[in-house]
Amino acid sequence: MTAGLGIAGRREAHGGPWPALRVDERTWRGVSLRLAADDLSLLALWGDSGSVRMVVMGEAGDAAMLVLPCPDGRYPSVGAVHPPAIRLERALFDLHGLVAEGAVDTRPWLDHGRWAQRHPLGRASPSAGPAPYAFLAAEGESLHQIPVGPVHAGIIEPGHFRFTASGETVVRLEERLGYVHRGVEGLIAGAPIERAARLAARVSGDSTVAYAIAFARAVEAALGMEAPPRAAWLRALMAELERLANHLGDIGAICNDASFSLMHAHTGVLREGVLRAADRAFGHRLMMDVVVPGGVAVDASDASIRNLGDLATAIRTRVAMLTDVYDDTASLQDRTVSTGFAAPELVARFAAGGFVGRASGRDFDVRRAFAYPPYDRLAFEVPVRSDGDVNARVWIRLDEVNASLSLIEQILTGLPSGAVLTPLSDRSGEGSALVEGFRGDVLAWVRIAGGLVQHAHLRDPSWFQWPLLEACIEGSIVADFPLCNKSFNCSYAGVDL
Amino acid sequence: MSLPGLLAEGLFLSPLTEAAQDPADADIAALAERLQVTARRRLGRSLAIRHVDAGSCNGCELEIHALSNAFYDLERFGLRFVASPRHADVLMVTGPVTLNMREALERTWAATPGPKWVVSVGGCALDGGLFAGGYACAGGVGAVAPVDLHIPGCPPSPAAMLTGLLTLMQAAER
Repeated sequence: MTAGLGIAGRREAHGGPWPALRVDERTWRGVSLRLAADDLSLLALWGDSGSVRMVVMGEAGDAAMLVLPCPDGRYPSVGAVHPPAIRLERALFDLHGLVAEGAVDTRPWLDHGRWAQRHPLGRASPSAGPAPYAFLAAEGESLHQIPVGPVHAGIIEPGHFRFTASGETVVRLEERLGYVHRGVEGLIAGAPIERAARLAARVSGDSTVAYAIAFARAVEAALGMEAPPRAAWLRALMAELERLANHLGDIGAICNDASFSLMHAHTGVLREGVLRAADRAFGHRLMMDVVVPGGVAVDASDASIRNLGDLATAIRTRVAMLTDVYDDTASLQDRTVSTGFAAPELVARFAAGGFVGRASGRDFDVRRAFAYPPYDRLAFEVPVRSDGDVNARVWIRLDEVNASLSLIEQILTGLPSGAVLTPLSDRSGEGSALVEGFRGDVLAWVRIAGGLVQHAHLRDPSWFQWPLLEACIEGSIVADFPLCNKSFNCSYAGVDL
Repeated sequence: MSLPGLLAEGLFLSPLTEAAQDPADADIAALAERLQVTARRRLGRSLAIRHVDAGSCNGCELEIHALSNAFYDLERFGLRFVASPRHADVLMVTGPVTLNMREALERTWAATPGPKWVVSVGGCALDGGLFAGGYACAGGVGAVAPVDLHIPGCPPSPAAMLTGLLTLMQAAER
């Protein structure tokens, strides 16, 4: 029994920020209805061999993982009553073959009919080959469809967007993703921890540090250990550098999509500065494979620490200047203000995190709600706005840039000395972790036995943001789509796995 | 500082753009031979590049974007990214080639008029990298289209990509 959420179930051994409860169908259905009533939020939903799991959250800090065995290969659909679960269930079926009873949308999501077999992580059967995808219909006079992708005009990940338009106005946008599905969870299953960690670090390359921290902490939770303090602080330093680099790049790119390329040129310079400093301190511009289970693989030298301090000071001054430019350019504000409105009620229902959530009034940040070291010792602001438009998503990023700079300075000052890596034990166990990546909460879950990862699940924050993009473009003009899309900057690779 | 101030500042500061590393003559010669390009100049001094993400984690894309920043500034060499394969001389492909992207990559390659070259970028694009052997990937760009140049790295640095593209351009000139 979980006192906080009042869910009946048998506690199972599980490390991490929430307990694991083995439940029956009745409890599973009851929790689904609580999700539908906005009493609980859905953090994740995935399949394991012969069971389904979901993580739900009440007030910040109170969560639980439900485990429902499915001996008949079926389970009560959560998506039937709670739309945020729909795509997760479609993906679950594609990979594991577990049927969501009562599901309203049974179209394949990840499976495009191109693999040799269906249900590669469950009971595999021969694939029937590709079939036309049944896009949702829109009815009305003088409507036309605009198909975009998977190959897009710019340098960007692939996905398909099916617009239905009336003149220039978007009547409906439907996304079809899955093009970047690499089979990460299948490759991780049975792999040694070190190889699994390298795969986890490459689920979404621009969030490699956040994913590596989530995976490492899940492994450490499973094995009942903690990374040494200096490693935890260095991980946070890298996480804030990653957040900083991505936000700087995004702010410029959003302005660029409104044809204001000056901002893009200047933020590009700042971003390059961050990457070079990261390379100097940790040996890799994106800091890939530096965070590992047990700690970090590279310790930053004192010289590179000082270099990072100088960088933070320089960036703060430049960002203040660029913020004024953004604020003072009326023609740019004309494009970003009141464009791409993401309604707060939708954002809350989907439990959308990151800057998407916080720009529409959802005050949630893992570094505070499920605080992990060293954030429990650091002082930082979590900016929240309620306008929910492209402009708000730019301002949240500007605010978070300043927050990250402040965090970096605190980390550099308070960095403890000591070891940076603890050897992993050869215990077996299950563990979860939640980490605040630049897009929002990254969730990791692992089951370890004998130095191998039996199964892992990695849940990208974009699962709960992509659907909101469809909602926010309705009624806008097609030409505003790149601006809205860039203001969300959802991960394709992260959700495709 | 407002916009006029920022623009004025740009008039007085030195450019950030850095010299690129000249490709080694041996590399150019070797690549030219592999391409079996004749001495006839075919393309002048530019390359139009169409990028295709065939299943990358997006790390390579970040560094490809960096090629357009003030430090690397690939356009000063006559290298530029184009929106359509029909405008391209080069296909720059990242990712292990997921089976879900295979047809899109094949069609993009077919839509690119000759003469054309294919550059595979990053460890995954070479042979599938960490994703090789799984059910979802074809195992590298070479499994789908003939590759003329591979730029290794995970991801390759912008400097490495720039050197590789310059090598291709100078080899194609010969």
